[in-house]
Amino acid sequence: MELDRYRDRERVRELTQDIARLCPSATVNIMEVCGTHTTAIARYGLRGLMPDGLRLISGPGCPVCVTPTSIINAAQMLSEVPGTVISTFGDMMRVPGTDKTLEERRADGADVRVLYSVYDLLRMAEEEPEKNFIFISVGFETTTPSIALSVLETAQRGLRNVCFLAANRLVIPALEALCASKEISIDGFLCPGHVSVIIGSDAYKPVARQFHIPCVVGGFEPVDMLQAIYHLIMQIREGEARVENAYTRAVKGEGNSKALEVTQAVFEPVDAEWRGIGTIPLSGLKLRQEYAHLDALERFDVKLRSIPEPRGCRCGDVLKGLLIPPECPLFGSRCTPASPVGPCMVSSEGSCAAYYKYEGTGHV
Amino acid sequence: MCLAVPGKILSIDGVASVVNMSGVKVNVGLQLVPEAKVGDYVLLHAGFAIQVIEEDEALETAELLAEYIFPKEEQ
Amino acid sequence: MYREKVLLTHGSGGRRTRDLIEKVIVKIFDNPVLQRLEDSSVIQEARDSGGALVMTTDSYVVSPLFFPGGDIGKLSICGTVNDLATAAARPLALSVGLIIEEGFPLAELEKVLQSMKHTADRVPVSLITGDTKVVERGRADGVYISTTGVGVVPEGVELSPGHIEPGDLILINGPLGNHEASIRCARKDFSLDVEIVSDCAPLAELMRLVIEAVPEARCARDPTRGGIASVLTEMVEHSGLGITIDEEQIPVEEQVQGVCDILGMDPLMMANEGKMVVVVPGDSAEACLAAMRSAPEGKESRVIGKVHSGKPRLTLRTLYGTTRVITMPMGNQLPRIC
Repeated sequence: MELDRYRDRERVRELTQDIARLCPSATVNIMEVCGTHTTAIARYGLRGLMPDGLRLISGPGCPVCVTPTSIINAAQMLSEVPGTVISTFGDMMRVPGTDKTLEERRADGADVRVLYSVYDLLRMAEEEPEKNFIFISVGFETTTPSIALSVLETAQRGLRNVCFLAANRLVIPALEALCASKEISIDGFLCPGHVSVIIGSDAYKPVARQFHIPCVVGGFEPVDMLQAIYHLIMQIREGEARVENAYTRAVKGEGNSKALEVTQAVFEPVDAEWRGIGTIPLSGLKLRQEYAHLDALERFDVKLRSIPEPRGCRCGDVLKGLLIPPECPLFGSRCTPASPVGPCMVSSEGSCAAYYKYEGTGHV
Repeated sequence: MCLAVPGKILSIDGVASVVNMSGVKVNVGLQLVPEAKVGDYVLLHAGFAIQVIEEDEALETAELLAEYIFPKEEQ
Repeated sequence: MYREKVLLTHGSGGRRTRDLIEKVIVKIFDNPVLQRLEDSSVIQEARDSGGALVMTTDSYVVSPLFFPGGDIGKLSICGTVNDLATAAARPLALSVGLIIEEGFPLAELEKVLQSMKHTADRVPVSLITGDTKVVERGRADGVYISTTGVGVVPEGVELSPGHIEPGDLILINGPLGNHEASIRCARKDFSLDVEIVSDCAPLAELMRLVIEAVPEARCARDPTRGGIASVLTEMVEHSGLGITIDEEQIPVEEQVQGVCDILGMDPLMMANEGKMVVVVPGDSAEACLAAMRSAPEGKESRVIGKVHSGKPRLTLRTLYGTTRVITMPMGNQLPRIC
């Protein structure tokens, strides 16, 4: 598929000019809640194209970053059980728990394997029946349906050596929690394009209505993001608060019903802890009772212990959009990608890590 | 948290398919897009297709949108 | 001698070792110096060469051993020759250390050695001394190779990132990322069905042409692990100057970009084994490009960036005219889904 038209320089120039022309003069805060948006904005240098006064803020869009340390520690504990194989997507390998990362555990002798697709998990489990495969499942709604399919497949094939440490999260409850917080100042949400493929753009209607904040679904190419920002500015100007879909080639109002069906068949919503924010009601997913035998925490009888953030860490404020990364006193000095203090620096899609990587240490 | 890339379905065998993404052939599961056919463009994420992409509709919409939002006479 | 596999006994130093060396290794490398089977060898070519002697060493542990565009043997010659080339050194001689895993098929060893000989002849450089060890099964992934190279730099030539000045231009001889993409696909970890050919190639001749045309060239570096992001960051750190590269000019083949997009990787950080980043004074860029393009490995050479006296960091000018920073990769890239 030709992505060129969504990267077209002329379109980008036109959209940039229109945004500048129409942007209200007061400060406008637009928040995105998707690690891929965080990275794309930084990678294409979009902040440099925004008018003064229009701030693009990163919210809690990095699922790896918001995974509680207790889960990371649990994954590492499981890696030490003899005969286990910890499998995960690459994103999780370098996240530090209280002590080490999974990558370091592998160097210590743990069997830790990076997957691109959960299909590989089932193939390996069948090839190595003597090993216990534990999949660390982290992600938002984009990834959850694939995990759900793997759970169903595992159950159907009767594979006894596969289980899942499920730490998946839901975006809408997080948006609602952010909006309900009094300290927040968000004028519009740039909604995650691929999460929206699954949940549908209609899912944001309650947020827009209840909190009177415009929500526009955007894709990830420069033209896609600028078009979404444009729609947001237009609404903000007029004091409107509607849901708009600026990624119609991939997102429908109702989402992907098959994906939603599969997710609901396997998971149920539970209260969940978001690192840096705290517990958000019904924002996490847990395996339903009929699949409880595939839950790694149950199978290995692991209890999660909540771990507080280190002193001085301001990630909570960064995730709520109250602080941009360079404003955190630890940014670039005590807290760097090589030695992260808090969740925002932990994964390369975290707001602080992306800022550090693409915009330098910010002390310009 | 949404790294997904578009690719064109080359062949389908049950729920398994081979998708062409910029000359790279990837094995992709189609369980989440039962309506997908050979020749369709799909969005790939972690080994599965999560949506069929409506290319032509998107192109039309973008053009209509462009005319509506950026009428040349508005100064 | 057991004809099919390398055994531990082949590494013991006795008659069996002698057989392996004489009848397989030296036979394939076919070099009068090696044939003397001495413990050390005189580098005849160095006697009248003038200029400064340069030495470099590298070890090769790539897996899989054979991949589209090359193998560990070819890589072991190209890698070391290219390290010499960064100093504009003409390669004089190489040594070869082999660590072979017990049970490694002799036929495959011969293929690797043939590949080394073939590549060395192409440069040309002689393999004049070496060592062979055999380790127990499980301790060497087939075979590990270590090569040390000695070369001579022409009189008056001294390349160093310390010589870089504002106004200099950054040149590359072709598209980026092929080698690493080729290896990752050949490993079959991610069920990507594509054959991407590694760019593995010796660049001694290309650098010879560059220095002949532009003796005032500032420095050269081969962007292996860590890609051009690593190499250019090092140049920034060494010179204290700023470097900006232009996204529009950076060459990446479509399939390599495809693999990067699927796995969430950045071509700027991918390893290359047939590329040289050359920094020259602005006025010399045309002449340098002409010289590079006259070599088979340089047909797609182009300018990708410039040195300036702004902040000492590596930046990228995006397609949209904005600027962003490129940081040194922390470690090897892992495929992402987020």
